[in-house]
Amino acid sequence: MSLIRHSLYVGVVEKPPPPPLTEEQYGEMEPKYPEGGHYLSVLRPHGDDCVRQVFEEMRALFEQNQQDVEKALDGAQAEMFPGIRMRHAALERNKRCVLAYVYNRLQKIAQMRWEFGSVLPADIKYNLAEQEVQWFIKYTKCLATYMRSVRAEGGLDLTQDLKPPKSLYIEVRCLMDHGEFETQDGGVILLKKNSQHFLLRSECEHLIRQGVLEHSVH
Amino acid sequence: MSSSHDSRGSQNFEATGDYFSLDDILATQERIPCTFQTEVLNLGYIDPSLDSSNIPKGTKLELPFWLAKALCSRRKQCVTIDLPKHYKEVYRDVFNADANVVDLHKLGPYFYRFGSHLLHFEHPESPDIAKSLLKVFQARFRDIMDASQNAYDQDMSKMTEKLDEMEKVIFFHGQKGLKDLQMWETREGEKIKISEMVINHRKRKRTHLDES
Repeated sequence: MSLIRHSLYVGVVEKPPPPPLTEEQYGEMEPKYPEGGHYLSVLRPHGDDCVRQVFEEMRALFEQNQQDVEKALDGAQAEMFPGIRMRHAALERNKRCVLAYVYNRLQKIAQMRWEFGSVLPADIKYNLAEQEVQWFIKYTKCLATYMRSVRAEGGLDLTQDLKPPKSLYIEVRCLMDHGEFETQDGGVILLKKNSQHFLLRSECEHLIRQGVLEHSVH
Repeated sequence: MSSSHDSRGSQNFEATGDYFSLDDILATQERIPCTFQTEVLNLGYIDPSLDSSNIPKGTKLELPFWLAKALCSRRKQCVTIDLPKHYKEVYRDVFNADANVVDLHKLGPYFYRFGSHLLHFEHPESPDIAKSLLKVFQARFRDIMDASQNAYDQDMSKMTEKLDEMEKVIFFHGQKGLKDLQMWETREGEKIKISEMVINHRKRKRTHLDES
């Protein structure tokens, strides 16, 4: 059995977990605070190794408990029970930690759909586990299907107009070279750094949220 | 097993059972001094200073809350618990004298949450602890509220570093309200902003580039 001194935390794994101790020890979590805010808004790499260690420990705890339960049933040894209870508590605890870890990461990943859009930046994707990437794709699909179904014609884009719109067109300023951009009416404009444009709000809101354009308000 | 399990199906984990709440997991990790009332076989490795492979009766150990709770059910008590010192009478007297000067972050950082978890044990002093927790919060709330509603664009780290995690949440909610109001007054609210995650992502990239 290995001691798990990992930091299951959304921002997780502050430092690599120290090598497992040879001595048997029960599940232990040493959570670390990510510096600055309570919750980091960018995910750390998935703590695969930590989770695997937890699973290994849980398996060991479970097997030991199975043996003890059999012994206790055979000889009706009441003195076995405190140990069984302790291991069981450790099992439950580890289960809770891992589930909470997975759950909270998924929450963050769902939020990313709204903030980054349907395509994640490569380096963020790199920090996700394979299953998490699959989950993100499914989430995006679900959201898209739902948004299509809201109105009979054309659907409703929920990621638009997060703030109440005041006008159809807005003035924007380009913060970086983004190349050509085709507007709905077929025209093509060149989004060059520091150039200013007057665009349909619905078309450029995403680009503003991505930090390509800046909304100028007077 | 416990109430935390039942709440898994409910929507708002923050307010109710907290099975998935990281704060609650951290809070239930705090240690409590325990005395074993029965011998526990084959678990001597929990305390490296024990020579035997069993935990003998009468051993005193500091166990994390979740373990102590599991071993301390009403049906059969394997351990008896002692109160952590921050919840004992000496400290309660200190809080009574002036709760505002105490550094709850150092004593906690989940002072209230852990404190209310402690009440599960039905320790004889539990009612006093409950009363004391409420009093401490009442005494400190005024200052927190005051600071969060009036400090605009100031460095508040001196104050916030003494706050318990729950107080911090309250403080930052207050600050956010103040900022939102300010934004609304200056008509900043209608401006479409770059999303928070994108900003943080960029900052990270930049520090990454600086390092290499």
